[in-house]
Amino acid sequence: MSVLLGKGTRVIVQGLGREGRFHAERMKEYGTKVVGGTKPGAGGTSIDGIPMFDTVAQAVDETGANASIVFVPAPAAMDALLEAIDAQIDLVIAITEGIPIADMLKVAAVLETAATTLVGPNGPGAITPGQSKIGIMPAENFSPGGVGFVSRSGTLTYEIADLLTRAGLGQSTCIGVGGDPVVGLPTPDAVRLLNEDPETEAIVIVGEIGGAAEERAAEYMRAEGKKPAVAFIAGRSAPPGKRMGHAGAIVSGNQGTAESKVRAFEEAGIPVANAPSEIPGLVKKALRR
Amino acid sequence: MKLHEYQAKQILAHAGIPIPDGRLATSAQEAEAAAKAIGAPVAVKAQVHVGGRGKAGGIKVAKTPAEAKTAAGAILGMDIKGLRVEKVYVERAADVASELYLGITLDRDRGRPVVMLSTVGGMDIEEVATSRPEAIARGWPSPLLGLLPFEARALVFAAGVAPAQREAVADIARRLYRVYGETDATLVEINPLFVQKDGSVLAGDAKLDVDDNALFRQAELAKLKEVSPDEESEEKARALGFSFGQLDGEVGVIGNGAGLVMATLDAVRNAGGHAANFLDVGGGAKEAVVKAALEIVLSNPRVRSVMINIFGGITRGDEVAKGILDVIQAHPPRVPLVVRLSGTEAEAGRKLLEKAPLESRATMDEAAAEAVRLAKEPAKA
Repeated sequence: MSVLLGKGTRVIVQGLGREGRFHAERMKEYGTKVVGGTKPGAGGTSIDGIPMFDTVAQAVDETGANASIVFVPAPAAMDALLEAIDAQIDLVIAITEGIPIADMLKVAAVLETAATTLVGPNGPGAITPGQSKIGIMPAENFSPGGVGFVSRSGTLTYEIADLLTRAGLGQSTCIGVGGDPVVGLPTPDAVRLLNEDPETEAIVIVGEIGGAAEERAAEYMRAEGKKPAVAFIAGRSAPPGKRMGHAGAIVSGNQGTAESKVRAFEEAGIPVANAPSEIPGLVKKALRR
Repeated sequence: MKLHEYQAKQILAHAGIPIPDGRLATSAQEAEAAAKAIGAPVAVKAQVHVGGRGKAGGIKVAKTPAEAKTAAGAILGMDIKGLRVEKVYVERAADVASELYLGITLDRDRGRPVVMLSTVGGMDIEEVATSRPEAIARGWPSPLLGLLPFEARALVFAAGVAPAQREAVADIARRLYRVYGETDATLVEINPLFVQKDGSVLAGDAKLDVDDNALFRQAELAKLKEVSPDEESEEKARALGFSFGQLDGEVGVIGNGAGLVMATLDAVRNAGGHAANFLDVGGGAKEAVVKAALEIVLSNPRVRSVMINIFGGITRGDEVAKGILDVIQAHPPRVPLVVRLSGTEAEAGRKLLEKAPLESRATMDEAAAEAVRLAKEPAKA
């Protein structure tokens, strides 16, 4: 099943507010098995046909859920994530934007000894096209295939998925790792999953300025890469010290510059696209199609 | 969000970290009175939200209250990197024997806080980190446990702090870690941390940046927020729910999603132009938001053309198109607009814009090339 999610994935929704309900509906339309939702006090009721539970533990017990998507607003998001981790859910996808860094540091510390994989926060989620979508991405831009895709951004992911799809390059799994400085599954770890996935033939890595996740991913592929990869870095023209929307996208000192990331990929033999439109051509070339 | 030195020092003092006696002054007279009350010699220090104020002449040592008055008179009203100095902090000058560095921030690579201690204090620590990384001792405490006593001791030994100050410095490090946690800081720094000739240890300066995402639970700190003139547009944008950054080019840029907007700025540069700003309208932007975004971008006199790049997901192309039409019908823009709509309801959006006085392009690269070309055309009379 590609990686992280597939046909057998059973999802609960934490935070069925306006946004949560809208996307739960879109996920069901796509064929994702949405088996429950949680809202304290709403246990026993249902929202849009989704059975509701008071706690994540109850929802897991009664539905056999192995994944969760979190829309809970930032002030309560840490609690929601820790509740899902405590219930030993395999995959937790956090869409929430604006979670305090201190909260994510605590979540990351708990994750060190937990069995859960957390994707996000502040990302579009993940999709295995044709099988399951746990996220907020518009499904029509994605198609099944062999290109694994890791990205730190949202709409740029849709743009590039659309370009790949139009070029006849379907995707195995797309993972939106999230734009925050602290995320559950950083780019290098997401790349490792795809590198080890037999159904993934090539990997597209979309990064941004800030942090060193792309450099680490490049180092990993240089040492362990089993398949071709293509990279793109957004923010090459951004001046130092300016925060570019994502809390993670800021260049300070000599850390996290586009140059350093591009160099790391090139040293690993991974071509770097100058624009998203160049990505499909580079992937085809890498796959010798 | 940044705090001033005097504000950060209050927080440090409250946490039991020794600081020099000091007073805030907004006039030369107040500075003189402060120096009298504290006892000269004193340091008179500009309180502005920029680094390098010492080099810019924003810190002066005064041996007498009269000198403090003169120094404050010179510093108040001074322009430091575009910011006017409105207040000075007058504090008792330390009797310095040596200087240390102590700071706590996020180590993104490890996903943990990092505590840094060095006996190379008082200097630009980024410079030290690059040229002599071994001169900085580092520790990565668990955010669940805080900086434990043995971790603080290990840091003090690793940094080579003199035996007489080990205990005091380890204690300050643990207290500073508590400040880091309790204030939701993204950075808290004491540079320099003075060792005085009598052996005592004292915070010479203090820097504290608070996580904007945590201000909802830091009500007292949120009150200290100051918006400088060059941040006004950015603040206004934040209030409207989008993210804005001023740049110095001539092509205004509006897009949805931080990554896509960054890629758009790059596309403008690839086409030979320069972006005038970063503006992310966020997810699900409706007419009103698009309208406000256009107004902010057009308020920059340097803007010669505007590129709008929307890839619809939650955001609908038709809603965006309506917002654009609204603005240009009410106030015909003084510069040409280039629009690229794709994704959800993009077709409907493009249809709405067919008759509007603007350029529509199918791809990001084509739209960027057109926006750059139009920005270079001589302005219409």
